[in-house]
Amino acid sequence: MPKGLLYDSTMCIGCRLCEKGCAEHHKMPYDEVIASEEKLSAHKLTAITTHGDKFMRRLCMNCLDPTCVSVCPVAALQKSTNGPVTYDASRCMGCRYCMFACPFQVPTYQWNSRLPVVKKCDMCADRVAAGLQTACAEACPTGATKFGEREDLIAEARQRIASNPGQYNQHIYGIEEVGGTSVLLLAAAPFDQLGVRASLPITPMPLLTWRALSEIPSIVTVCGMLLGGIWWLSHRREEVQAAERKEREEKS
Amino acid sequence: MTQVRRWPRLTFWQAVFFLIVAAGLYATYVRIVYGLGGATHLNDQFPWGIWIGFDILCGVGLAAGGFTLAATVHIFNIERYKPILRPAILTAFLGYLLVILALMYDLGRPYRVWHPLVMWNPHSVMFEVGWCVTLYTTVLALEFAPIVLERFHLVRALKVMRIVLIPLVILGVILSTLHQSSLGSLYLIVPEKLYPLWYTSLLPVFFFISALCAGLAMTIFESWHSSRAFGKQLELSLISSMGRLLAVLLSVYMTMRFLDLLHRGALVLLTPRRPETYLFLLEIALFVVPMVLLFRRKVYTSAPALYGCAVMVLFGFVANRLNITVTGMEAGSGTSYFPKWTEIAVTLFIVALGFAIFRFAVKYLPIFEDVAEAGHRGRARLSTKRAGSMVPAD
Repeated sequence: MPKGLLYDSTMCIGCRLCEKGCAEHHKMPYDEVIASEEKLSAHKLTAITTHGDKFMRRLCMNCLDPTCVSVCPVAALQKSTNGPVTYDASRCMGCRYCMFACPFQVPTYQWNSRLPVVKKCDMCADRVAAGLQTACAEACPTGATKFGEREDLIAEARQRIASNPGQYNQHIYGIEEVGGTSVLLLAAAPFDQLGVRASLPITPMPLLTWRALSEIPSIVTVCGMLLGGIWWLSHRREEVQAAERKEREEKS
Repeated sequence: MTQVRRWPRLTFWQAVFFLIVAAGLYATYVRIVYGLGGATHLNDQFPWGIWIGFDILCGVGLAAGGFTLAATVHIFNIERYKPILRPAILTAFLGYLLVILALMYDLGRPYRVWHPLVMWNPHSVMFEVGWCVTLYTTVLALEFAPIVLERFHLVRALKVMRIVLIPLVILGVILSTLHQSSLGSLYLIVPEKLYPLWYTSLLPVFFFISALCAGLAMTIFESWHSSRAFGKQLELSLISSMGRLLAVLLSVYMTMRFLDLLHRGALVLLTPRRPETYLFLLEIALFVVPMVLLFRRKVYTSAPALYGCAVMVLFGFVANRLNITVTGMEAGSGTSYFPKWTEIAVTLFIVALGFAIFRFAVKYLPIFEDVAEAGHRGRARLSTKRAGSMVPAD
């Protein structure tokens, strides 16, 4: 069963222990300066953002049908069956199409490195594969970030809204967005007020390019036959003319 | 005046050329040593800049004259276009080589540029783009090869080339069609980021048609310039009919763009006072004005007027590609982008290299040979030119 994460903004106290746990697990530096940066970067794979008295968490949504996986020309990005979207730096040539295409603007780049790699949250793929929960969920003291089966988390989110309808925005973000994401978000306010892109289509993005890509075989066949045919016609006319001229000359 | 003469004589354009090369080499150093962050204004929100938008998208589009003319001459068998086929193939070949060079600047790890050839992901448009660039550059090299073989009188190799020419040209047209349109398909994945004046599911089709327009305009452009630089007679009847074809293509393109905006209900976007609106209108004007002009007899029978229209179309084409890559992407990415000087220096460097290599190739290879034999005046002028060069005229 695919795993997931449920982040409940109403339970978040902004302590940033998820950021710290994430940095520790990924062996990245973490200090007060980094803590104060409220955006994702190559040295910060998850970030708590403040919106008045409310919080929101930014991390890779680990989509069910990920845009980045479909656009990567070298298949460096892969979707695991148990949820995480992983990145293999040894394949990456640095075209940055994943960053360009990601609807959540999640992948980041080591801009000042001579041999840069893409950085993004991988939902602690190694821990999840070992049967553990993600580092951020483990670090969260309030349960605002919860790890579990995606199905169970959806049920729990529905139940939280049902038992406390006044406290929540009725929408569970991530059930349908771009075909569904492993990370689910709950909040009190509308999501666009919390810096989350609220108007994403519910169809998976890879379909948009696949529709064009699947035309390739027919373009090749039709184009090839058309051009071959035109070539044959245009040169045949010449051959016929030459043959007729020859015939006439022989007669006279 | 006497002071200046002591130095080797430098024309204005040569001076500009050396300045650009110097700036370009320094920018290259910055790119290698300080990485993409030191050499560009790109960031996590805006990962693609003018190296993609201009160097690659425009470079490929402007090379479209190559496959268009190859098809015209070899497939449609319209022989009278033969004199301008070779310069068009040269432009396309050069264009693709320079696109690959630009890619070396833009890729984070350029030494892995071959990865898509062995690590496949057929679901990726970029994968298709990578294969198209590789295969079509090979095809262009082969289409260009006879010119070099002729120069060195390699008769046997030439015979082999003649046999494979037609399949090669057909393959070239197919690959170009795929490649030109796939550059548009790259942007299909960002419906929520690309401004709706430009985002449409027809992007691949529009990229293809506009590339045909740019290819024709480029052919007119270089016919004019080479006739001036190499003192050969301009084939007015040829560029005139190309100008008329361009007018038809432009009107098809503009009609489709209009209908697309209409059906998507995007025409209302022409009213807000936003930079996107103005730059969109500028782009459209650069297509519509030459389109209207090129339908007029006075225009398509006059070489300077044709040249002016071709230049406008080229600017329109560049405006379109930059609008899609920069103007239309800023608001949706929640950031603004203006290229750093190093990005501009590398771009100018690559363009300057293109001009220099073109001149060099035309001087030492039989690019305009067919034309020289066609007209006495052309031949006389061309041979004096070649006699002046280091290679003896044959």
